[in-house]
Amino acid sequence: MIISIASGKGGTGKTTVATNLAMSIESDTQLLDCDVEEPNAFLFIHPDMEEVKIVTTPVPEVDMEKCSLCGKCGEICRYKAIVVLADTVLPFHDLCHSCGGCRIVCPEKAIREIGREVGLIERGHKDGLEFVHGKLRIGEAMSPPLIREVRKYTRHGVLTIIDAPPGTSCPVIAAMKGADFVLLVTEPTPFGLHDLKLAVGAVKVLNIPCGLVINRSDIGDNRVRTYAREENIPILMEIPFDRRIAEAYSRGEMLVEVMPEWKVRFKELYFLITQALERKGQDE
Amino acid sequence: MKELVVISGKGGTGKTSIIAAFACLAESKVLCDADVDAADLHLITGPRIAEQHDFESGHSAKIKADLCTECGLCRELCRWDAISEDFIVDPIECEGCGVCHYFCPEKAVAFLPKICGEWYLSETRFGLMAHARLGIAEENSGKLVTLIRREGKKLADRQACDLLLTDGPPGIGCPVIASIGGATAVLIVTEPTVSGRHDMERVADLAAFFKVPVMLCVNKFDLNPQQTEAIEAFAHEKGMLVMGRIPFDPVFTRAMVEGKTIIEYDGHSKGSMAVVDLWEKVKEKLAIK
Repeated sequence: MIISIASGKGGTGKTTVATNLAMSIESDTQLLDCDVEEPNAFLFIHPDMEEVKIVTTPVPEVDMEKCSLCGKCGEICRYKAIVVLADTVLPFHDLCHSCGGCRIVCPEKAIREIGREVGLIERGHKDGLEFVHGKLRIGEAMSPPLIREVRKYTRHGVLTIIDAPPGTSCPVIAAMKGADFVLLVTEPTPFGLHDLKLAVGAVKVLNIPCGLVINRSDIGDNRVRTYAREENIPILMEIPFDRRIAEAYSRGEMLVEVMPEWKVRFKELYFLITQALERKGQDE
Repeated sequence: MKELVVISGKGGTGKTSIIAAFACLAESKVLCDADVDAADLHLITGPRIAEQHDFESGHSAKIKADLCTECGLCRELCRWDAISEDFIVDPIECEGCGVCHYFCPEKAVAFLPKICGEWYLSETRFGLMAHARLGIAEENSGKLVTLIRREGKKLADRQACDLLLTDGPPGIGCPVIASIGGATAVLIVTEPTVSGRHDMERVADLAAFFKVPVMLCVNKFDLNPQQTEAIEAFAHEKGMLVMGRIPFDPVFTRAMVEGKTIIEYDGHSKGSMAVVDLWEKVKEKLAIK
C-alpha cells in the first residue's frame, strides 16, 4: 500500500506526520522522501545510509563532424534547448526536458544523449525501516525526473509512505500519482485552508481517496473543520499546538520519542486509513 | 526601482505574514505574489481585481481517433508513458514536447495550446498588486513567475515606485529560480529548527549560484535560541546580512484569521515591533524611503 503525505501549504507538518507514522508501524515499511528540493525526513529519522546514486536525465550532444546544419533539431524542440546557428549547433542543457525529439529527428544521426545531473538518491535503514530520499542539485530546475526515480524504490507488498513536496503543481503530482491514499496535513488558519482546498483539487484530479490531519489544531479558527465536513473528508487525527512538540522538532527529535504516548495515536491513524480504504473497496 | 524577494526554502516559516507587514510599512511599493502554486498573500491584502488574463503556456497532445491507425509509433517515442494502449493521451503525464505530433505518419495528433492558469493586476489597501493562480496539476510555474514579476515591475515603473515586494515560493526548484534571478536582494525567512536551517542553507546556496545578495532573518527565534545563534553564525560566515530576529507570537495567527497584517491587528505586539525593526534595517540596506 502507498500512502502519500501532502499539504498544499508548506510547513504544516507533513514531515512530522510521515516520520512519526513510519516509526510507529511495526510491519515492513519504507519511507520515500519525495520533497527533493528540501528533503527533511532524514534529519529526524537519522538513517544509516548504505547507498548513493547520482541521477541524470538525458540531454543532447551534437557531433559537428556529422551535422549538416539542416535545422530540424531546433525546429522540433519546444523548449529552445537546442539552437542552430549559421555554422554550429548550441544545446542548452538546463532548458532541455529530455524528450529525445532532436535525436530522433536528426537525419545525420549526429545527436547522441549524455546525462545532466539532476541530483542524487540516498538509501539506508533505521531499525528495520527502509529509508530513501532524493536531493535535487542546487541550480537544477526540474524535480519531477528525480521524484520519479525515488519512487522506483517502491517495493510491492510493503507499506510505502511518501513525504510529498508542498504545492499543487507537477512535483506534487509526481509524488501522489498512483498512491492508494493521500493524507493531507493542514493547519486551521486561512492560509492552511486556502492551500488545503488546492491540494484537495489535485487529489480529485488524480481520483485518490484522502483524509486529513489537522496540526496545531487549537490555533486559528474552525473553518478547516467546516470545510472537511462539507467535502466529506474524514479528519483522522488532530495534533494540538504544544511548545514542547515545537521545541523537540526544532532539535530534530521525533514526537514519538519525546512523547511515546503518540505512538499509539499514529498506529490508530494507520488503522483509520486502512479502514477508510476497506470501506471504499466495499462501496465499489 | 529595487526588488526584494522573500523566500525561505522550507515552507511555513512566515514569509507571507512578514511580507504583508512590510506592505503595510513601506511607503512606495508594488506587491507581487510569485508563489503562484499556492498563493496566499491575497488572503491578507484583499485585492480588487482590475485586470484578469489567461496564462497560456505550452501545449498538450490529443489523438484524433478517426485518423489514428494505432501503428504505435507515438507510444514507442513518448518518454512520459503518457499514451495509453487504446491511444488516449493522459493530460497529466503529457509534457507537451510534441514528439508524437511531429512524427505521427497519419497527422492524427493535434497539438493544442494550453491555458495553465490566470494572472491579475489588482488594487489593494496597500497599493497595486500583481498576482496569479497556476491551474491545479499544471506545469510551467517558472514561466508564470517570470511573467508576474515582469508585470509587477511594469506597474512599479508606471507608478514611479521605489520598490517591488515579491513573495517567493518555497523550495529551490523551477519557480524559485524564476523568482530570484535579477532581484536586488532576497530576504530569507527561516526558523530555528533542524529543517529550517537545512533548507535555508540550500536556498542560500541557490541565491549564491545566481549571484543575488542575501539578507536573513530568523522567525520564532525563541523556540530554540541556540539554533538561532548557530544559524546567524553560519550566515555571517557565508557573507549573508543578518537583519534581525522575530519572536514566536500567536498574534501573527490571530491577525491572519482576521485577514489583517500583524501591524494593523496589533501594532504594539512583540511580533509587530520586531517586524518594524526588521523593516527599518531592510529599508536602509536597500536605500529606499
